[in-house]
Amino acid sequence: MRRLSWFNTTSLTLGFAFLYLPMVILVIYSFNASQLVTVWAGFSTRWYGELLQNEAFLDAAWVTLQVAVVSSTIATVLGTMAAYVLVRAGRFWGRTLFSGMIYAPLVMPEVITGLSLLLLFIGIGLDRGVLTIILAHTTFSMCFVSVVVSSRLISFDRSLEEAALDLGCSPFQAFRLVTLPIIAPAVISGWLLAFTLSLDDLVIASFTAGPSATTLPIKIWSSIRLGVSPEINALSTILIAIVAVGVIGASLISKRQLLRQDADEKAAVRAEA
Amino acid sequence: MRRVALIIVPYLWLLALFLVPFAIVLKISLSDIELSIPPYTPQLDLSEGWEGVKAFFAALDFENFVFLTEDDLYWKSYLSSLQIAVISTILTLLVGYPIAYAMARAPNHWRPTLLMLVILPFWTSFLIRVYSWMGILSTEGYLNQLLLGLGLISEPLMILNTNVAVYIGIIYTYLPFMILPIYSTLERMDDSLLEAAEDLGCSRLTAFWLVTLPLSKNGIIAGCFLVFIPVMGEFVIPSLLGGSQTLMIGKVLFEEFFNNRDWPVASAVAVILLLILIIPIVLFQRNEQKQREAEG
Amino acid sequence: MPECRFAPWNDPNEKPLIQFKNVTKRFGTFTAIDDQSFDIYAQEFFALLGPSGCGKTTMMRMLAGFETPTEGTILLGGRDIAPIPPNKREVNMMFQSYALFPHLSVRDNIAFGLKRDKLPADKIAARVDEMLKLTRLEKFAGRKPHQISGGQRQRVALARSLAKGPKLLLLDEPLGALDAKLRQDTQFELMDIQEKTGTTFVIVTHDQEEAMTVASRVAVMDDGRIVQIATPDEIYEAPISAYVADFIGDVTLFSGTAMNRTPGAKPAAADASETEAEPAPQEAETPETETVETPEAVAEIGVPADPEAPVASDDPAPAEPKAAKATPAQGPQPNKLGLWLHDKVWARVFGPRTDIVRQLPPPSDAERTAKREEPETVPAETNDIPEGGITIDWAEGQPPLIALDAPDLEDGTQVKLALRPEKVGISKTRPDAVNALKGKVIDIAYLGNLSTYHVELENGTMIKAQLANTRRISRRDITWEDEVWVSWTGTAGVVLTS
Repeated sequence: MRRLSWFNTTSLTLGFAFLYLPMVILVIYSFNASQLVTVWAGFSTRWYGELLQNEAFLDAAWVTLQVAVVSSTIATVLGTMAAYVLVRAGRFWGRTLFSGMIYAPLVMPEVITGLSLLLLFIGIGLDRGVLTIILAHTTFSMCFVSVVVSSRLISFDRSLEEAALDLGCSPFQAFRLVTLPIIAPAVISGWLLAFTLSLDDLVIASFTAGPSATTLPIKIWSSIRLGVSPEINALSTILIAIVAVGVIGASLISKRQLLRQDADEKAAVRAEA
Repeated sequence: MRRVALIIVPYLWLLALFLVPFAIVLKISLSDIELSIPPYTPQLDLSEGWEGVKAFFAALDFENFVFLTEDDLYWKSYLSSLQIAVISTILTLLVGYPIAYAMARAPNHWRPTLLMLVILPFWTSFLIRVYSWMGILSTEGYLNQLLLGLGLISEPLMILNTNVAVYIGIIYTYLPFMILPIYSTLERMDDSLLEAAEDLGCSRLTAFWLVTLPLSKNGIIAGCFLVFIPVMGEFVIPSLLGGSQTLMIGKVLFEEFFNNRDWPVASAVAVILLLILIIPIVLFQRNEQKQREAEG
Repeated sequence: MPECRFAPWNDPNEKPLIQFKNVTKRFGTFTAIDDQSFDIYAQEFFALLGPSGCGKTTMMRMLAGFETPTEGTILLGGRDIAPIPPNKREVNMMFQSYALFPHLSVRDNIAFGLKRDKLPADKIAARVDEMLKLTRLEKFAGRKPHQISGGQRQRVALARSLAKGPKLLLLDEPLGALDAKLRQDTQFELMDIQEKTGTTFVIVTHDQEEAMTVASRVAVMDDGRIVQIATPDEIYEAPISAYVADFIGDVTLFSGTAMNRTPGAKPAAADASETEAEPAPQEAETPETETVETPEAVAEIGVPADPEAPVASDDPAPAEPKAAKATPAQGPQPNKLGLWLHDKVWARVFGPRTDIVRQLPPPSDAERTAKREEPETVPAETNDIPEGGITIDWAEGQPPLIALDAPDLEDGTQVKLALRPEKVGISKTRPDAVNALKGKVIDIAYLGNLSTYHVELENGTMIKAQLANTRRISRRDITWEDEVWVSWTGTAGVVLTS
């Protein structure tokens, strides 16, 4: 069993303290009774109540959720296709351009993506609203999906597909019956990634959203520009809780699966012996 | 045929919604501002046929780019963005590497949990993570309260609305991007390499310097690109944590577009920013491709 | 051995199941398969054997349909299979990685191909049960691939590929992932299943032992070409090139110049003058007037046995049964009954006799060897070596080697003599054998049932000799640094011209 040296222990402790302390403080102060965010005046859930009364926030949350579900679903389909093309299609005309267009949005500053999409929508006369946000989000999140899925496809044993063909599958059947079920975890985490990216996005949404559609990040943005507000603390806590429950739950499930698989394999080896 | 369809759908989507918009940005950056809708000129009028096209191209010029060089707000913003991006990339590396290293050295059964702890902030809203520092760093914020309470300072420190706050915000939000690629290269490293190095007479430190560090090079490069490139165009962090003297080009572009409604200048700003970033983006892509090939 | 009777490749009326006709496969500028033509017959167990990168896998993938030949055609049952996609071919493949679908149970994996054929459910179930029974997997039908052991996975893969009843089953390194013990058991299981189902098997492997064990015919490949196709025993006993000899099993190779032996061994001097008219050998050749004094002269002449040399006349029993039959009995010899018993019974049980080891050397031999210096380099040879064959000049200062079954060669041809270690005897005293060389034991590899001795000859050449360990270690007297004689019969080596 390896043990951590004091240096490693210190860097882990400090590192994770740095990562988590601000959020912990945020969560604690969301239960502050005082209007003044930085002065503790006793425990209260007052701001949660006020938040739930705030129609504007609720509307924005609903729009955001719609945009996120639709765009991440389209992005998953397109991104999986793109990943398949990147990993499997071999050489084709414009392959370099294609892989460039997949990788560039990962690091492209959001202001540029947002500006260029806005100019496109104006150029083709598309009214800004939910649709334009969905198009914009789909475009950049499909690239993230395709990176996630393609890294799974690279390690995918190609002979599984060949075996399916060998046993009489058409190429499409082979994908549906063999490849897709096996890469499903990557596709699902691609979808989740696209979903969170869409929930999170402020800059691109600011460019592409019209007055008719405001997303939650835009709403948050306009509130916090003026400073810290207790309502936003409450909202942040809710969002952090959702993510934490989701991520921890997912990792527990996958850990249990791993453990079970491990036990199964050991049992199989024992059975053989 | 299916193969063609498979390629064409995502290809066309990206062409239409990624590449074509850039062409439009480029075109508008060569146009002039005008009080109309859309607020720039010339407009391509295809009804006038070839003459219209010719007139359209004749009206394009580099005026906006000239303007960018004349007004020192812009080139100072570029330089300051570059400076902030470089310094914060180095700082993030310095903070992130020990964490990634310690994670990779941690006992096997800890690692999934540690990895999850690094990824968790990545899933939480960027905006909220930046926002959480506003309460900490403000003049009456928690940090100043703590330091005053401990008697370390007699007057609150002015951190929020300075470049220091911007650096803290960048390191904080981009740390997972630095840790993850470094961790994944370190984790793959065979422990026996270090044992071999020590067996051959290296001290722990020289073994780290001669073996671990070179082997994690790809992770470091990927992490640095993943931080540097987006930070160059960062808008949220300088707007929330920075002050009026914090010049970052992403913020300038955003304000030029929304507050001044000067689309051509905003486009020109974007074009220059893209030109600055094209080299690191291409390098990043090459690095990724090389790694994929090494793995595949 | 059933292979002895099953030999459709020798029957000109037999129609081959698979025909490769001038098949070439290129990947860009790299030629993976270079203009190959050969046939595989129905019910054969055909092995493609070669080192990695020799093109054997490409060959197999062309049969499966994952690659198409650049030139040439492949016929399956007389039909060109190039236009048939892999999913429509009556060919199934067992993958090296097994390629079991991890998300499906053992039963569903086996049923996968049958379901594609849209068979009725009860038929599929019946066939799957049959396959489970054949591969003894009934107990594991409900498990997922990761819940069973490596050996069981291998059997699932086999069952899955056999389920559709293909005309041809391709096996890509089927046993590569198993450990040594399991591999041996599985080899026999594989042969058993092949015989039961009567399916034609084509196996790709780099493991020569595996190929030799399972296959009815082995094709040895090198660099995109098939070097030799033959039954395992032919490949082993009669390799057609040094490459094949070297690739299959252990071998010592001597390169040298061949000379036809003149009929009726004569005194060396007389022989020299007789062979004078023959095509002149190398420059080192001495004029005929010079005679036996130098060992080189003796060597060049080719039949160096000097009847006057004491070594030949009174040495007792020759080393090997084959030679023994041709030689009049001198000393204790098996009688007719003994020979018959050996050939019909004992040889099957114990393998061919390696009498050299067990034979007690004549008591006077050691002293004699010690006394003489010069004659040591004279090959030990009785007067009674059968006629014919060749001698091979292979090294300065070493006696030429004698090979009795050699192809017709012109004098002076460059040849290689391939010698299997188990055909080489080793003894402390000079044995009475057609070929005997003196050397020193450098290394002994103890393999349990066998020991391989690495003997360095006086000119530095290494030669391997293998002995069955019929005695306990303490009883064996040859050890490191010992001066020994290695010997073999006139028919033990194989003369190769390429």
